[in-house]
Amino acid sequence: MTLKELCRQLSLEVRTAAEKLDTEVTGGYAADLLSCVMAKAQAGNVWVTLQGHPNIVAVASLLNLAGVIITEGMAPDPATLEKAEEQGIPILITPLTTFTVVGKLSALGVRGVDEA
Amino acid sequence: MPEITRVQELVYELKIEEVMTRSVITVTPQTSMSKLREILQQYRISGTPVVENGELVGIISVEDLIKALAEGEMEAKVEERMTRHLVTLRADEPVVSAVEYFAEYEFGRFPVVDKDGKLVGILTRGDIIEGLLKKLEVEYHEEEIRRYRVSHIFEDIISDRTGIILRYDVMAHDFDHAGEASSKIKRALSRLGASPQIIRRTAIAAYEAEMNIILHTDEGGEIVAEIQPGQIIIRAVDTGPGIPDVEQAMQPGFSTAPEWIRELGFGAGMGLSNIQRCADEMHLESPLGKWTSLEVVIYLDRKDER
Repeated sequence: MTLKELCRQLSLEVRTAAEKLDTEVTGGYAADLLSCVMAKAQAGNVWVTLQGHPNIVAVASLLNLAGVIITEGMAPDPATLEKAEEQGIPILITPLTTFTVVGKLSALGVRGVDEA
Repeated sequence: MPEITRVQELVYELKIEEVMTRSVITVTPQTSMSKLREILQQYRISGTPVVENGELVGIISVEDLIKALAEGEMEAKVEERMTRHLVTLRADEPVVSAVEYFAEYEFGRFPVVDKDGKLVGILTRGDIIEGLLKKLEVEYHEEEIRRYRVSHIFEDIISDRTGIILRYDVMAHDFDHAGEASSKIKRALSRLGASPQIIRRTAIAAYEAEMNIILHTDEGGEIVAEIQPGQIIIRAVDTGPGIPDVEQAMQPGFSTAPEWIRELGFGAGMGLSNIQRCADEMHLESPLGKWTSLEVVIYLDRKDER
């Protein structure tokens, strides 16, 4: 499934890199600790988090993640949006909680890194 | 949005004067049609502008010639058979306007004039295709040279130990630039053609080492990436305060980070264990109160890449 299709299904608000939504999503990962993400998330994954500071862009870019979903309507720092636009990392916003977002992703067939 | 191809881009970039034929064969209004036939045959062209005293006055083509032949008018002058209704292109216009003209009019060629209306060239569809192909060939060739330089750097530069050294200063508590050194190392490796797995492992190790310097040091430090033919070495060196218990610090989840750092998503206590997971060799020295020196080695030629 492409990121674009995910945005449509989950009504995500696309804040940056709208031209990078054709990426095929390879799976999903959810955590708020950056080192956990560094350790586990795989290239092409969509990352679900509450964090909104600019370092999420560095992590997403280093791991070639498909995009970052920021939950509970958290407003990302302006610097985050600026960096994400510059590095072509889609930042997607939703008022839903992380739990709900992950549940919906799972129902759409997006698998976790520890699922076959 | 459909992707714009390089050729589509090129028709906007290239100017008509870059693709047109400059040495234009011309005839005068007084040239006879039979003479025109000789000229077209001799130069293997299908039409020519008609010029009188340096002034462009018309255009005549092989179609006009065939008509004249069919009507037995071969001794007629060019001025009696030529097209006077002139559509010209400007030399400084982009090729895309020529493409539009060819689509709009049924002409096989357009005279090209400069800004004063003086004839400077002639343009056919063939000229456009040839011009685009030539430009693409030049770009392809440049790309080949670039690729060559990168992939053969270790073969061409001979020493007993060749390496590329990238140094990055990392400031303490500088969260605004966190991850920049590792991003740049990642970019350099992909430019050098490293495999995705190697890039990923190096990027993770470099990122964690960079974050450790930002989070835990008093005065920052330095990240050095040394790329050698068979391995990548990442060195992270700082001037203190050092790690009290290295063995404890290696345990996943052991963290000394204060609450405000954890709220930023850092301080998960996985930095060193993440680095170890990515490394083929890891050497850590950290005399307390003095400095920390971390060396990570990632082998490039392992078959069983993790």
